[in-house]
Amino acid sequence: MNGTGNIVALRPFPDAARLELNDQQLRTNLRRATHTIRDKRLRVVGEVDDWEALRRAGAAIKDDVLARLPELLERFEESATRAGAVVHWARDAAEACEIVTRLVTGTAAREVVKVKSMATQEIGLNEALEAAGIEATETDLAELIVQLADDTPSHILVPAIHYNRSQIRDIFRSRMPGVTDGLTDDPPALAEAARRHLRAKFLSATVGISGANFAIAETGTLVVVESEGNGRMCLTLPETLISVVGIEKILPTFSELEVFLQLLPRSSTGERMNPYTSMWTGVTPGDGPRTTHIVLVDNGRTATLADEIGRQALRCIRCSACLNVCPVYERVGGHAYGSVYPGPIGAILSPQLTSSGANSTLPYASSLCGACFDACPVRINIPEVLVHLRQKGVDAKRGKPSAERAAFVSLSWIMRDRRRYAAALRAARRGSAPLRGRGRLRRLPWPASAWTDSRDVPLPPKQTFREWWAKR
Amino acid sequence: MRIALFITCVNDLMYPDTGRAVVSVLERLGHTVDFPEAQTCCGQMHANSGYRAEAMPMVRGFVDTFRGYDAVVAPSGSCVAMVRDSYPRLALGDPDLESGVAEVAPRTYEFAELLVDVLGVTDVGAVFPHTVTYHPTCHGLRMLRLGDKPLTLLRAVGGLELRPLASAEECCGFGGTFALKNAGVSAAMLADKCGAVDATGAEYVVAADNSCLTHIGGGLSRRAASTAKPIHYAEILASTGSAS
Repeated sequence: MNGTGNIVALRPFPDAARLELNDQQLRTNLRRATHTIRDKRLRVVGEVDDWEALRRAGAAIKDDVLARLPELLERFEESATRAGAVVHWARDAAEACEIVTRLVTGTAAREVVKVKSMATQEIGLNEALEAAGIEATETDLAELIVQLADDTPSHILVPAIHYNRSQIRDIFRSRMPGVTDGLTDDPPALAEAARRHLRAKFLSATVGISGANFAIAETGTLVVVESEGNGRMCLTLPETLISVVGIEKILPTFSELEVFLQLLPRSSTGERMNPYTSMWTGVTPGDGPRTTHIVLVDNGRTATLADEIGRQALRCIRCSACLNVCPVYERVGGHAYGSVYPGPIGAILSPQLTSSGANSTLPYASSLCGACFDACPVRINIPEVLVHLRQKGVDAKRGKPSAERAAFVSLSWIMRDRRRYAAALRAARRGSAPLRGRGRLRRLPWPASAWTDSRDVPLPPKQTFREWWAKR
Repeated sequence: MRIALFITCVNDLMYPDTGRAVVSVLERLGHTVDFPEAQTCCGQMHANSGYRAEAMPMVRGFVDTFRGYDAVVAPSGSCVAMVRDSYPRLALGDPDLESGVAEVAPRTYEFAELLVDVLGVTDVGAVFPHTVTYHPTCHGLRMLRLGDKPLTLLRAVGGLELRPLASAEECCGFGGTFALKNAGVSAAMLADKCGAVDATGAEYVVAADNSCLTHIGGGLSRRAASTAKPIHYAEILASTGSAS
């Protein structure tokens, strides 16, 4: 079953990228922010002697989980239920939204506070709640900025990375209740304004909604790691807590958590450890929420799991290290990817979760430079999956004629035979001879114009290498 | 040692000087180089663009041509990465090809690897009295882990002044068909790379891949203020001092 929700691009990547490339401010903001996090990450990763061993351990644990996912999910359901949680299953985004909306409506609450969560972004929960007349407030500072601006997140860790602080001040001034024109763009002043705004929400909301970074099968425990502490307020203050969790978030036992609590913060925020790690297991009398629900979401994950090469994308722990080192992401930002999962991981995850439409252009949104694979804490070989998905796309269209296919097929026919190949080299060399006096070529007809729009083309010299070799 | 030269399709047609430079350096060091004429292309462009079926005849051709040599050398990080990193995966399920790849792939070296790791040479006796800046290409850097092998060789070149390149390890934006399919993003990456090259004020921008150099050179030649010329480091190693 295909995934739905905010992982379906509406426009092909090259079209969306073209629009973003015109935004100089965006590129400046992105470059500054990604390079700052990138450098921090390099420093703290460099401190760990056994980083490579940790990465391999992380990958191995995740692969083990994926290999026996049904069994572990059943164990998780049993443990969580025994601890007092109510477990629900959702096949896609629509089902997940329907379940959560029904649960919130059942409490008679008209407002909810939210912990930053990719899963709820993925299923489009805020939009669904709004349609049901329920106000959802994001409490993560960056998510709040994006929400107030009526925008969509553009980065997994730093959803508002595309804004600088003066833009954020303008958003607060015009959209945040109680903020005056005197607000400066000083970060402590901005944080204080957000704190005042959120405090009222924390104290009045009776329902909290979260995701989870990890779900422990053995105990039924959910884990959220964060930096601000706002998440913990949502996890502990409301009477009802609803957690939306992708089925790949499972870890077998508590002991595996140790590996990821080292890998995640260093890769993600460039910190040795994140400031807040919250864990909860069902309900505890006299402490925390009275009712806890867990919605386990598939939304295309089972289909992704079926692909032997592509399934490694499900190891992802959403650290966003690949975004911060990606030269493509740095130029176009997250919106160009048309999904809540931007950057290199989005380019392999979104098309697999949805398997059709404009997402099929995402595997080409990479120069295959490999920086993402090097940065990935769970060793997802993103370039390998990109090429694999390109191949699946090409194979799926094998029956349909296309100019590109014709070119690759004839080039392959020439290049597989030394005589045809040598003749083609000679022909190319001779064919360009009349142009040689003009030095470099500045303009070629379509489709090669895509190259010459911004680059010159050198001309072949008088002799190919094999002609020289034959004569020496 | 039987050393075979894999010239790569881009070098054969567009940059024969790079191939001649490899031959010249190896012969100067006392080695005999064989050029098996049955060779064509490694198939990287086809495989990376998703045309696996069309790439396979080239993969088989490469393995058949170079089986039996002690070492295969190519002046291209990305073509060597294709052979060493991608061939084993592409050969899976074809036992004959798998064994051929297992034989050939580990013995296929980028030029600097052959010189430094196999032949144990870091000073090839070259002289090149110019300022140069070195761009480590992505496949050489992150798939082959060439590290500073090309730089070690360049540092031993007489008269050469090496200038550091800002954000050297960032991709130039070539990426094969990426430069066409996402031309705008590719051009934005190229603009930053060209700016970094210009800032060094070097006479030459050097790399271990002529395809990346075609991209960078093509961008530099559009910029009025740019003066750096692209050159493959093998040609510097072949130089003995006469201005090129």
